[in-house]
Amino acid sequence: MALLSVQSISVSIGQLNPLEGVTFDIDKREILGLVGESGSGKSLTAMCVMGLLPRIGGTITNGSIIFDGRELIGLPEIELRRLRGKRIALISQNPMTSLDPIIPIGAQIDQVSTLHLGLSPEAAKARSLDLIAQLRIPEPAAIHRAYPHQLSGGMKQRIVIAMALAADPDLIVADEPTTALDVTIQAQIIQIMVELVRDRSLALMLITHDMGVVAQACDRVVVLYAGRVAEMNTVGEVFANPKHPYTRELIRCIPRLGQEPGSLKGIPGAVPSIVDYPDGCRFNPRCSEAQEICRGQVPALERKSSGIAACHFSEV
Amino acid sequence: MAAFDPIKTAIRSPRGGVSAAVLLLVMACALFAPLIAPYAYDIQNLPGSNADPSVAHWMGTDEFGRDLMSRIIYGARTSLTVAVTAISISVVAGLTLGAMAAYFGGWFDRAVTAVVDLTWSFPEILIALILIAIIGPGVGSVMVAISIAYLAQFTRLTRAQIMALKNETYVEATTNLGAGHFHIIFRHLLPNALTPVIVAGMLATGDAIILEATLGFFGLGAQPPTPSWGAMMSSGTAQIFIAPWIIIFPGLAIAITVISINLFGDALIESLDIHNHLRSV
Repeated sequence: MALLSVQSISVSIGQLNPLEGVTFDIDKREILGLVGESGSGKSLTAMCVMGLLPRIGGTITNGSIIFDGRELIGLPEIELRRLRGKRIALISQNPMTSLDPIIPIGAQIDQVSTLHLGLSPEAAKARSLDLIAQLRIPEPAAIHRAYPHQLSGGMKQRIVIAMALAADPDLIVADEPTTALDVTIQAQIIQIMVELVRDRSLALMLITHDMGVVAQACDRVVVLYAGRVAEMNTVGEVFANPKHPYTRELIRCIPRLGQEPGSLKGIPGAVPSIVDYPDGCRFNPRCSEAQEICRGQVPALERKSSGIAACHFSEV
Repeated sequence: MAAFDPIKTAIRSPRGGVSAAVLLLVMACALFAPLIAPYAYDIQNLPGSNADPSVAHWMGTDEFGRDLMSRIIYGARTSLTVAVTAISISVVAGLTLGAMAAYFGGWFDRAVTAVVDLTWSFPEILIALILIAIIGPGVGSVMVAISIAYLAQFTRLTRAQIMALKNETYVEATTNLGAGHFHIIFRHLLPNALTPVIVAGMLATGDAIILEATLGFFGLGAQPPTPSWGAMMSSGTAQIFIAPWIIIFPGLAIAITVISINLFGDALIESLDIHNHLRSV
């Protein structure tokens, strides 16, 4: 049984249904990429897993989220709070503002382990110093005393990762952890996260819109489009043999070295608005292979020769 | 890296330095009144009443022959204790109310905001007078009245601060790591919102001294023979043509103290660079 198993969850916020039948699972020592354009429901999926949906006024109307054999949907807030940080930790998008500006870095990491592991202040500090060193930040003791404004963006992101690791969680949900960083730092951070997953046998759910990051780090990929799963497969298969036209388009959009200037193309059209999703397959207005059936009938998420995909026309 | 110390920066500016010195002097008077005052504040000497300022009585004597300077020095006690205590209570209550209202929202926020806006629309003196009319005069009631009269200001300021802060990513990030409401409010939100509220509290202390003096002037504050600057001015009105110093010196004491508080507050605002935060009041 997988560590986290999300079974066809649907979400409604007011009249809107931003997620429909999202399904995936993650095992220990595995990195699952969650990709898609803005508005496809990536962050919302993360919020479902963290049980944070009520904060933005959303409800899960259908499906189940099973973490370590336990159903998360319907769990009272107090139970969820015990899971957050201790078993499931979230790394948020923006490291620049994810740290409290008036509390020293060290104290912020310490408080996670004192809260969840009940460590004494000394033990928590020793643990934090250890974590800072593991994330390859020089001079842990000096950093432990420093304030957030004294650190660079890359260092702050590592501190945010250290905070997420402080209570030894089993699953880390990283919501675009490298979006705000420049490319070289981005590669380092991804490298560190990959190593952490292997060393500590964590499970990592990596939310990104960067197919390059996916290729570098992930084992398996879930491609979301307009609140539905378009395709799920291993990274090798997704890149070698994409089953869904949307995945093919995404891969075509990755810039390549030596590419003709001006030949890089986006996907024509835009993600449909949530108030006005097209009938049938939601990708049909932008799909070059769309037929009559795509406009009338929602494609089922089916097992293909490898992985699963939701397209009428991919081979079985 | 040099530590940033706004108080030190404020004291180094000319007006901050002078006003800080005056405030220290006033506080010393209040603290060490029995040592500094040349006479007891309540010894009457009727033959020597309404005496001109002289070497023996630097500020003259009042209508009962009591040494005016000694009474002003002891009066600093009343004024400062009442103002500082009242504003401290008000700040603490305002911080708590404002933070809870902003953080939890919903009906609680609406109720707090409604009451606060209602009291906010009346001048502080009116609210204080109404309250004292209900609970009766005396030092204790003046403190209660002043702290309630200023509550709206601190609640509004804190609420505005917390409203802006609670959507910060680091608050969200702490929530995502499992922190509870108590931890978020007291460890993350309030410390970040504190500075402007403290400075507003300091400036309000000056206003509170005037309010205390006004209530004392109406005879609603400290009861005789306890000296209070406002009550002393009030008793001086009857003697204004024969012994003007009885009303002038307590008035000067109030003016100098309040001006110093405001100047120091301004210097502090400048060194903290929080003009924009206070504008919301």
